[in-house]
Amino acid sequence: MDNSKILIYDGSFNGFLTAVFVAFEEKIAVSDIQRESDSQNGLFSESETVITDATKAKRVWFGIDKKSHSAITNIYFAFLSEAQGVEMLLYRYIRKFFAKDKSIAFDYSDGVVLKISQLAKSVGREKHRMEAFVRFQLTKDGIYFANIEPDFNVLPLISKHFRNRYADQYWLIYDIKRKYGLYYDLEKVEIVTMDLKEIITNSVHKSKSLVDEEYDFQNLWNNYFKSTNIKSRINLKLHKQHVPKRYWKYLSEKREVV
Amino acid sequence: MSFERIKEKLNILADAAKYDVSCASSGSTRANKNKGLGNSSGMGICHSYTEDGRCVSLLKILMTNHCIYDCAYCVTRKSNDIKRAAFKIQEVVDLTINFYRRNYIEGLFLSSGIFKNADYTMERLIAVAKKLREEENFNGYIHLKSIPGASDELMREAGLYADRLSVNIEVPTVSGLKLLAPDKRYEDFTKPMLKVKNEIIQYKAEKKIIKSTPKYAPAGQSTQMIIGATGESDKDIMYSATHYYQKYHMKRVYYSGYVPVAEDKRLPAIGSQVPLLRENRLYQTDWLLRFYGFHVKELLNNQHPNLDMDVDPKLGWALRNLHLFPIDINKAPKELLARVPGIGMQSVHKIMNARKFRKLNWDHLRKIGIALNRAKYFMICDSNKWEKRDLQADTIKGMILQNSTGKFRKEYSNQLQLFDKMAV
Repeated sequence: MDNSKILIYDGSFNGFLTAVFVAFEEKIAVSDIQRESDSQNGLFSESETVITDATKAKRVWFGIDKKSHSAITNIYFAFLSEAQGVEMLLYRYIRKFFAKDKSIAFDYSDGVVLKISQLAKSVGREKHRMEAFVRFQLTKDGIYFANIEPDFNVLPLISKHFRNRYADQYWLIYDIKRKYGLYYDLEKVEIVTMDLKEIITNSVHKSKSLVDEEYDFQNLWNNYFKSTNIKSRINLKLHKQHVPKRYWKYLSEKREVV
Repeated sequence: MSFERIKEKLNILADAAKYDVSCASSGSTRANKNKGLGNSSGMGICHSYTEDGRCVSLLKILMTNHCIYDCAYCVTRKSNDIKRAAFKIQEVVDLTINFYRRNYIEGLFLSSGIFKNADYTMERLIAVAKKLREEENFNGYIHLKSIPGASDELMREAGLYADRLSVNIEVPTVSGLKLLAPDKRYEDFTKPMLKVKNEIIQYKAEKKIIKSTPKYAPAGQSTQMIIGATGESDKDIMYSATHYYQKYHMKRVYYSGYVPVAEDKRLPAIGSQVPLLRENRLYQTDWLLRFYGFHVKELLNNQHPNLDMDVDPKLGWALRNLHLFPIDINKAPKELLARVPGIGMQSVHKIMNARKFRKLNWDHLRKIGIALNRAKYFMICDSNKWEKRDLQADTIKGMILQNSTGKFRKEYSNQLQLFDKMAV
């Protein structure tokens, strides 16, 4: 007889940490950890839905953080990758982590540790990319607006960067894939969900919701981008490696016709 | 703002500024004060990349491309028949702020042709930076050119607003400079460098005692040399670079493959190929000096005045020093690990951490991401399989080249064929 269980959580990081807490406390043999939204019942295993509990989640967070800050950072970043099966991988990582006295965060010769650190690195790279590739456009409401479509769920990671940098302007960054955004009102950043009337890309079509001079500045930027290129050194392969094509439609400098 | 007029100026003055390769926005931390605009977090961000693959981090423009000098290598030299333009101070400020607010850039890189004289030009660069900092409460990154021959007073002021200052030495040797830029004196370049270096030292010392001491050029200074315009050897270039790193505490020396911009008997003809491979090898050498603990004399000396074209400088060095290998990955100190071809500093760091847990074998090393293709001839690990044959350097090189591809391979294999033909 198998007493293994599938734990189902709400998809949030706190929810996942609660599931980890419950698994440890109730000594559950976890066969999988799944999001509510895409859970599939195993044929032979029982499932249990975990109610997110911030206190329990915090205990796991601080328990790991106390021993290794790198470990908790890696866990959080890897979680945001939303990779298939990342929860179980993280669970195995956390079990290993608590089984040893010494932090395993840097044991790159261990398959699970290496995988988690690689996932965390990919998410870190995407975070950095979004800090670079967000292109604000000034709306008639006086808000600097950007819609993005990142590979991973990096909005929580970039919030601080934009808050520190653009402290004196209203801004909104909206993730159209995950359907939520960050809105800064000169005081604080809030998470917002909304019905976007249109997704603004760098197409020739001009959006009526933007101020007129917005397109003048985009033209200047587009022009600058072209002028600063040295034709005799052209290296499109390198260019595409640094600015992968999937991001182009949101970059005004990559607009073909101006 | 007249966008049409600005657009025209921007095209001319960005086009003229693009041969300055530095676009770094890292190395400075500047917090956003009083809910102003911008900050520098120290890490630098490339907001885009040009089609030639270079980072676009700063709005890089000239204040003007009018110039009283006639340096042969320079596109804005006075005898060149090109369109000239000049920005007003406010125009540069407005462009910077509006680009910055849209997250296009990390800040401003402002250079200039020299109009009237050095001090007048420097004053105008400073005026832009001052306006950005004081009137716009702008805390983003500012890189200003130190104009050769500018006075000490102005250089002191410049560092109070700028994150980085740079003077481009352009020609690596004094004799080359005399040939190509006869109106400029070598001392005009070094004087502002020296002043900035000394101010940085002084401000840092004062900051230790008085916390409120303002920042002075927190990202330090840099310089640039053009490669392949005159007949310098790699040794000349790297010894010169080492001199600037040591004497003027440069944060960076940039190497810029010369792009012919004029017909001039003293220079390669227009249409000559940009020496990209050579530039790449020089950067690799620069990295070995700054991060890998190599001394320039180990890599370049009278026996080897030029870098290998077909292999990277670390592999070239290792092949000349086979008696120092193999190195035991599980025991060697950090400095020696860094000397194994195919192991970069990231991998060194990972090895140092991972080997605390267990002895590493080939499989571990491959997963960590080491280029075993190169490394395997120079190391042993927790395995009884290693290169036991007593191979000569040429043989190892041949085997490595056979089992790898390189982006410049076509270029030098053509050259090799050429040499072969000549030998016949």
